[in-house]
Amino acid sequence: MCTYHTERVEVTGSGKGPDGWFPLRLASVYLDHPQHALAEHTLNIDFLNPAQGPSARVAVELGEESARALAGAILAALDAVDSVGSLP
Amino acid sequence: MADRTIDREPMAETVRITGHHGDEIEAYLAHPPGGGPSAGVVVLHHMPGYDEATKRITRTFAAHGYAAVLPNLHWREAPGASPDDAAAAVRAAGGVPDERLVGDVEGGARFLRSLESANGKVGVIGYCSGGRQAFLAACRLPLDAAVDCYGAFVVDPPPAGMPLQVEPIVGLAGNLSCPLLGLFGAEDTHPSPAETARLEQELARHGKTFQFHTYDGAGHGFFAVDRPSYRPHAASDGWSRVWDWFGRYLAA
Repeated sequence: MCTYHTERVEVTGSGKGPDGWFPLRLASVYLDHPQHALAEHTLNIDFLNPAQGPSARVAVELGEESARALAGAILAALDAVDSVGSLP
Repeated sequence: MADRTIDREPMAETVRITGHHGDEIEAYLAHPPGGGPSAGVVVLHHMPGYDEATKRITRTFAAHGYAAVLPNLHWREAPGASPDDAAAAVRAAGGVPDERLVGDVEGGARFLRSLESANGKVGVIGYCSGGRQAFLAACRLPLDAAVDCYGAFVVDPPPAGMPLQVEPIVGLAGNLSCPLLGLFGAEDTHPSPAETARLEQELARHGKTFQFHTYDGAGHGFFAVDRPSYRPHAASDGWSRVWDWFGRYLAA
C-alpha cells in the first residue's frame, strides 16, 4: 500500500488541465510513490475540482528538495509583494 | 509458419464484467489462444491504478497459459478517466472499500469460470494494495490459490493521517480458502518483515498451507519494471515462485 500523510487545503484560483482551464477548489498534498517521476517517493500535489470529476486535476510530483524550494519560493514571492505594497 | 507463431500469442481485450452489487465494471482480459483448458487468474492492480504496467502483467499470465482478468477497481469513481486521475480520486476518497473489492473479485472469478476454455480453477494475485486485497478475497471467497505481493495493512493499521480507510484483516486468516504465497521485500516498511512474520504465525496457527519469501535488498514494489523500486533478482525469483504456485494449485 502506497499512501502516507495527506494535507488537504481548500483553494481558489484556476488550473490548466488536458481540457483547458478550470476553477480550482482543493489541493491535496501528500508524500507517496509517484506515478511518473523516477523516484521511490515524491511530494505530490493534486490541484482539483472534485465537482468536475476526477479528470479535473493538475498534478505535480516533486523531489523533496524541489518541493521545499518551491514552498520557499511561493512564500518569498508573496512576501515581496507585501513589502513593496500593491502591484502596479 | 509465421501465422502459427502469431496464433500462439496471447490475446487481450477490454471487457465488461459484473462486479459487486451487480455493477458492470471495466476489466482487461488476456488469454492464451485456443480452446484451453486454462486456469483463471484474477489480477488486482496496485494503488496507482488500472495502468499499463498491470495490463502488461496480465498479459504475462496469458503468455504462461492462464486466462487472466484485471478488474478496474477504480471504475465506479472515474469511468473513462486516465488511470492516474482515477487513482487520485479513489485515494482521496479513502481507497477501494473492502466489501466492494470482494464483490468485484467474485465477479472476476465468475467471469473466468464461465469461459469455454476454463478448467474450473481460479487463483488471485495482487500487488501493493492489491496484495492485501488478494489475501482478503482468498479469505472471503472460495478460490484455489492466492499470491500476496507486498500487501500492507493486513496486520497493522495504516499510520495516522492517511486518507486510506482500511482495517487490519489478519483476523480473517482462519477463513483462508486456498494456499497462499507471500512475496515481500526485507526493506519494505509497509508491510514490514515484522508484520509478515506475524501473518505467518497466524496462518501456521490455523494450519493453513502457505509459503512466504522475503527478499534481501528489495523493498516495496520490486516487481515494477518501470519504477526505481524494481529489483531484478527478487522479481525473477518471485515470478518463478508464482509459476510454481499456480502450476501446482490451479492445474485441473
